[in-house]
Formats: sequence, structure tokens, C-alpha cells
Amino acid sequence: MWRIMLAAAVLAFGGGVVDWARAADKPFTTGSSDVLIDYINQQIRQAWKDNEVEPSPVADDAEWLRRVYLDIVGVIPPAEVVEEFLADRDPAKRSKMIDRLLDDPGYVRNWTTIWTNLCIGRQTPRRVSRKGMQKFFREAFARNRPWNEVVYDLVTAEGHFEENGAVNFLLAQMTMPDNGVQATAKTTRLFMGVQIQCTQCHNHPFNDWKQSQFWQFNSFFRQMRRIDHRKPDPKTGRLVDDYSELVFQEFTGPVYFEKRSGLMQVAFPRFFDKEVDPGPGVDRRKELGRLMIEGEKPLVAVAMVNRMWGHFFGYGFTRPIDDLGPHNPPSHPELLDRLAREFVKSRYDLKQLIRWICNSEAYNLTSRFGPNNEIDNPAAGEMPLFSHMYVRSMSAEQLYDSLIVATEAHKSGRTSWDEAERQRQRWLQQFVITFGTDENDETTTFNGTIPQALMMMNGQLIQNAISAAPGSFLHRVLSQRTSDAKKIDRLYLAALSRHPTRLESGVALRVIRATPNKVEAYQDLFWALLNSNEFIFIH
Amino acid sequence: MTRRHFLNHLATASATLPTLEFIAHVQAHAADLKKRQKACILMWMGGGPPTIDIWDLKPGSKNGGEFKPIPTKVPGIQICEHMPKTAMVMDKLSLVRSMSTREADHGRGRYFMHTAFRPNPTVVHPTFGSVVSFELGRKRPELEIPAFISVNAPSGSPGFLGAAHAPFVVDSNGRIRNAQLAGDRNRLMRRLEMLTVIEKNFINSNRGELPLAHRDIYKKAVNLMVSKQMEAFRVDKEDPKTIEMYGNNNFGRGLLMARRLVEVGVPFIEVGMGGWDLHQNVFNTLRDQRLPILDQGIAALVQDLTDRGMIDDVVLVWMGEFGRTPRINQNVGRDHWAASWTVMIGGGGLNNGQAIGATDKDGVACTTQTYLPGDIWATVAHALGIPTTTVHTSKRGRPMKLANGGTPIKELIG
Repeated sequence: MWRIMLAAAVLAFGGGVVDWARAADKPFTTGSSDVLIDYINQQIRQAWKDNEVEPSPVADDAEWLRRVYLDIVGVIPPAEVVEEFLADRDPAKRSKMIDRLLDDPGYVRNWTTIWTNLCIGRQTPRRVSRKGMQKFFREAFARNRPWNEVVYDLVTAEGHFEENGAVNFLLAQMTMPDNGVQATAKTTRLFMGVQIQCTQCHNHPFNDWKQSQFWQFNSFFRQMRRIDHRKPDPKTGRLVDDYSELVFQEFTGPVYFEKRSGLMQVAFPRFFDKEVDPGPGVDRRKELGRLMIEGEKPLVAVAMVNRMWGHFFGYGFTRPIDDLGPHNPPSHPELLDRLAREFVKSRYDLKQLIRWICNSEAYNLTSRFGPNNEIDNPAAGEMPLFSHMYVRSMSAEQLYDSLIVATEAHKSGRTSWDEAERQRQRWLQQFVITFGTDENDETTTFNGTIPQALMMMNGQLIQNAISAAPGSFLHRVLSQRTSDAKKIDRLYLAALSRHPTRLESGVALRVIRATPNKVEAYQDLFWALLNSNEFIFIH
Repeated sequence: MTRRHFLNHLATASATLPTLEFIAHVQAHAADLKKRQKACILMWMGGGPPTIDIWDLKPGSKNGGEFKPIPTKVPGIQICEHMPKTAMVMDKLSLVRSMSTREADHGRGRYFMHTAFRPNPTVVHPTFGSVVSFELGRKRPELEIPAFISVNAPSGSPGFLGAAHAPFVVDSNGRIRNAQLAGDRNRLMRRLEMLTVIEKNFINSNRGELPLAHRDIYKKAVNLMVSKQMEAFRVDKEDPKTIEMYGNNNFGRGLLMARRLVEVGVPFIEVGMGGWDLHQNVFNTLRDQRLPILDQGIAALVQDLTDRGMIDDVVLVWMGEFGRTPRINQNVGRDHWAASWTVMIGGGGLNNGQAIGATDKDGVACTTQTYLPGDIWATVAHALGIPTTTVHTSKRGRPMKLANGGTPIKELIG
């Protein structure tokens, strides 16, 4: 009990009572012990020392819990979990929470969303099955399949786009007949952190990539062909889209490409310094898949470690996270190297990688910073030192799914999974905007600008979230025979995963008492909570 | 209850409220002022347009393609036969035919052309619309909607100038999603009052710039929700004949919306037209789909601005990420090409009706002085009255010259 009161007291004074100097001396632990976590902490601390910054204090439990929920399962924690966690006196509760979240169905859903978006975009290209892609990733994350196997499957897949969902990654790169150019660029960038798209036409201006290497890679993607089946519509008799599939097609010998000078050149299948037989009887994508995941520290492992670190901190060891190479040295080279090697040794265990990161000291620090580490500001272009957590915005998916948690909509269980997913996709589409190129590149207006603010203030989603109709979250809270202060507390817990400060509850109480229509006043409070900076940011 | 009262609720510092007389004065003179207000309309050709087939044809060359050049209103300047309407207003436009920009990847080209800087991992440079928003937006207190609006295109990032100068991205249908106030103004007041308390608590807890940007964006969004200037987006309120003149398609409506936005004082509007990434079937696509829309839109905009006496105050820029290869590939397409291509610029009181720079007979190299996007944007800055000596400071404290230190093109500003 004293713990709750202490936590509440800290929050009530705006969290300003932390002793900065002492917090830096105490060795931190989440309760998990692992030599690799010690190594991470030591490496990160060394960089603090070298750069003369003092780390921020450890985040309080409320701040940390909300963060780890959003990062691992993609949603904010339910109010009752917050209360339980704040009251829990187990010193190992953080590491236990990490394990619990890794076993939560939300883990599978969150990473399926992330990787589906990365592989086929938010706007599903024509004749690509989002459902198939999601099914593939759901199975992969549910079974915690080794990442090297997942990559191998995506690169080598063949078959029907719903029966073997892995094919959708390549189908999405084959929206036009381009001899596998897009597939080449996307595969190397996404899975290996190697950006060679410029070298299609010329040698890379800043690194050692040569135009011929692009086409050597490309020659691995020449034995594939998509078939878009059509079938007659039983009503109209007209042909309509049926399934699509990716099939093998025979291709031997070199590929031809044109130098800037107009000179034609040849390129044979070759993975860095490893040559592959260009003759018949060789499945080149299988060879590529095998070579990509071979060795003690393949780029596939480095790229995934870097991407994961970036996911949990907002910044990876390189910027951007998918551009590795001597032209772009990482901020913590030894740490990246060791993590990649250990990731391979763990048999590419994604959950283990997440455990290492989330149990590290850096991940457990507050996002508040002080004069001793304000220079650690990667948003201003500085190299990240991870001496405090960096504030990031939720994605559109995290917002949508968090609103379901905050309003306990999942408890009413009215709609089927398919219908719920359709609604979610429809809502998400409003933010997608494309660049009008053949690469299907897209961006989002859910980027902290006005369209997002307008949606949060006036959109149907928020209006539903603050509905007080029977069966709604607000209706349930307001039907309870508790004081206004308790009700206010409940809304704060649901939205911000913390108790209100004294000032906050004071203002809310005053507004609620002064408003004739109490229901409306509570709706307005909930609206304010959901529209706040604290709600939309992961911090 | 006035709009300014709402805003005050979100303001941290106690801003001095303008007097009623001042507001009346501003309103009375607003119409007058707006007429003289400078603006830029950027026509962004997403994907990289084949300028060799549009502005700088090479008849007789193996790279020449299927189209013939036609004369324009300006003796000596010829453009594509499928741009006949634009040819008739060529005296209001100019061509910079010796762009040499090196960036031939979509992402890098988009960044370079929008910002005048090459991508650099340690700093995000502002897209030029954000620069104009930063420089001119703050000088237009009567402007209640964002100073940088992007229609049909994501444009770029405001970079170190901050989210307040991000493009407001809309589509060309004229309805701004979710801009309709939910509930009455009293309720909004109550909501904002409670919101302010939570926002302040988080801002004061020292978590960097994002929470501040959030507050600023909300201020702008509330501003916009209650503004009459939102009418400017309503292209559907135009005479159907005008809509027909621009073309009732995304590009035509976007340009018409841009003109309406200029009229309420918006200094920078980007209008996107995609589908230029013509790796195959370039000639049929241009002739049957892209060029008719482009030709009609540009010609209508120039004519409309001229008729309204605005052409000398509104500078027009037409560009994409890069041009396309002079060589026609095996799929009858053209690939990415940044070594020698054309950007169109016009209006804005520039010395128009010129073709500046040139490429060789096959279009593969520039034969004159070459230009960079910084030179285009410096010319635009000059036309807008933004000193080209302006220097911004990155978040890291690095000085950043306007338009990357580009020079206004002397033939255009003389």
C-alpha cells in the first residue's frame, strides 16, 4: 500500500523529487540477469562517459509500463494492469512483465502489423493478399520462428498467395514487369540493411557499391513469375480477379544491363564474393536465401538487431536504420557487432533479442532529461547516446488499438475478428498517401500534423471512444457508485496509465461540478485525455 | 465568443489580445493586401517526368521519341505537340533546360529537389514550402489556415523548422476531413481548458520538442476549424465552367484550389500529379493520359491568374524528382535521369518567355551552364521577396543558407 501512495505522491508533484546524482550510481536491474545485458549496460555507459553525459533516472513504474506495453504488444496497458503493477512489490516485476508481454497474443498481433506494413506497405498493392501476408507472420511470431528461417521463406517463397502467404512479399514488389529490379532493391534494403537502389543505373556515389553488383543480386530474382488468375463472375459472366501465385520459371546464364555509356554488360548470380552456378538445375532464390543467412554474423542478423534497437528507442545504431555500410558508421559499433553475433548464436531468437533490449538499463530510463544530458538529442542530429528514453509518436495502428484498450471495447466482443480487422484497415487508409512512383512508396499523414489533430478532435473514432451510450466504457464508469474523484482517477488510469496530479484532478473536479450535464463533462475530460500529448507519445 | 479566445486557451504565454479596432482594420484592408501578396504554386510531378518529351524535344535524334515539337507564343521556343494550350501562354512561362542534379533515386531526388540539399543522415532540411511558411507565414497575421498546403501529394518534411511548418496535406475534393467542429463552441472551450492542464504538465516535465510541437499543431488545428478561410478549399463552389477549364480531375481541381488559397493569403501551395515513372510505354501514356491533363491545367491556371491580375505575384514552378533517360529502353520506356533535364518556372514578375540553358542534340548532356534546385528556389525566393541572404539555423546550431546558397537565375530576374 505504501508503494501506491508513494507512486501517487511522486506523480502528484510532477515527478520532480528524483535524486539525479544518486540515481546514476546505483547499478540498475530489472530483475533479470544475463551477461549480455551487463555487456549492453557497460557499452552504453562507456559512451556516456566518453561523451560526458549523465543518464536520466530510471523511469517510474507507470511511465515504464506504458512504454513497454506500446513497444512489445502495440497498445497501452489496461487500467487494472496498471494498478496491479504499481502495487506489485516484486523486485523482478519488470523482467517478469517483459516475459508476460512476449507471451501475450498482442505480441503476435503487433509484430504481424509491423512486418506486414514493412513488406507490402499500408496500402496493399493490387493482387497482393494482405490476409495471406498476415497469416504468414502470425504463424511466424506465434511460434517464435527463428528470424533466419522467416527471411529464407520470404525470399524463396512460391505458390498461392493465401496458401503460402510468404509469396506476398515478392508479389508486392512485382506490380509491374521490371525484371525483378524492385524485388532486388527491397530485399537487400529490408532484410540486409543494404541500399543499392541507386546502383541500378550507376555506381553508388558514396559507397563501394558498383552497378554490376546490383545486377548480380538481381540475377537471383529472374526465375520467378507471377500468375494472376481470373475467373468468371457467376452473376455477370465477366472475368474478375481470382487468386495470384508466384511460380518458378526457367532462367539460366547472365542478366544484361546497360552502362550509362550505352554499353551492354553482363552480370552472373553472385552474393558478394560467393559465385553461384548460373547453369540449369539451380534454384537461384534458394541459393540466395541460403547465402543470406550463412555465417556467424550475416547482414540479416545485423540489420534485424539494428532495426529492433531502433524500434525500442526510436533511434537505431545507424541513421537511417536500413542503411548499413562503411559510409554510415554505427554509433555503438562493438555493441551492434556483439548483439548480432549473440542473436545468431541464440538461433535468431526474436523474443530473446527483445528481452536483452528491454531489460537493459537504457531502456528503463525516463524520457525526462536534464542539463547533464540535454545534448543527447538525436532529433537535432546528434548521435544517440541512449542516456534517456526518446519521446516518439504512436503509429496509427497503436493509436487505434490503444483506443480499444482504453475504452475496453474488446470486452464487449460484438464483432468478429475479420470484421474488426476490416474496420481497422478502412480507418487506417485515411492516412496513407503515395508518392506517385512505380516503387509504390508511401507515407502517412498520421505524422503529428494537422490532419491527425483534426481526426483526434473531431473524428468518428474519438466520438465513439467518448460515447456514453449503454455498454460503453464511460457508461460503465459513470454507473459505478463511486466519488467523482475516483471516476476521474479511473479515466486517467485508462488513458494515461497513471493517476492524475493534484492540479489535474482539481481542475477536472471543478469543471465537472460546474457543468449541469455531468455526462458531457466526463466525456470532455476523456476527450482531453485522449487528445493530450502525453497520450499520443510513447515516452 | 471569438476565435481568439479559444486560441488563448492553448497559448502558454499570455498573449496580448489585439484590440477590436485593429481587427476591423485588418479585415477592411485584407482584401486589398491579399491582392498584392506573393505566393508560389509548385506543380510536383511525382515519379520523374520525361522532360525530353515535353519541354526539350530532340527531333531527328535516335532519342527523340514519337512526338513532334510545335511553335509557341514565344518565337524560337518549341515544346511538345501534345501541349498546345500551354504553348499559347508560353510568354508567361520559362524553361530551365539545363538542370543537372545527379540524384536519380526517387527518395533522394524528391528530397534534393524539394529542399535544395542532398540527403544527410544528421539533419533533416526543410522542404521549400516549409521555408516559405516560416518566412512569410508569420508576416500574415490574418491568415488562419496553414501557410503551406499540399494537395494530392505528401511533399516533404519541415525538418529543423518544426512541425508548425509542415505541409497541410489535403486532397483535391475540397472537403477537409474532420474539420467540422464536433459539439458546440462551449464544449470545445471546456475540453481545451482541461487539455491545457494535461499538456502543460507534460511539457514542463522536460521531454524535448515533440510535446511543444503537439501544442502548436493543436493551436493551428483549432484555428482552422473555426475559420471562414476554410471556404478556400471548396473548389466545388466555383463556377462549373471554371472547373471545366482547369479540368475536372485531381490535378485541375488542385490547381484551382491553389488559386483560391492564394487569394486568401496562403504563400505556398504544392499540387501533386503522379504517374510519371514511365519505365515502359512512355509515349502512349503521355499522349493519352498525362499530357492532356497537364496541358489543360497549366494553361488554365496561367490564364486565370492573368485574368485576375495575379500572375506577377504568383510564381509557378513545375518539377519532379528528375528527368528521364534520353535513351528509350527495350520496353519503350525511359528510366531515371538527372544529368540533363528541364524545370519550368513562370509568373511571379519574372522575365518570362525564355528558354534558359540547353542540352546537346541527343539530350544526354547540358551544353551550357547547369542549374541546381537551389538556383530555382533562390529565384523563387527573389520573386517572393525573401532575401536570398537569409540563413536558418539547424537544431544543432549549424547555419543553413537559404536554398543551399543557390543563385537566382539572372536571365529571369534581370
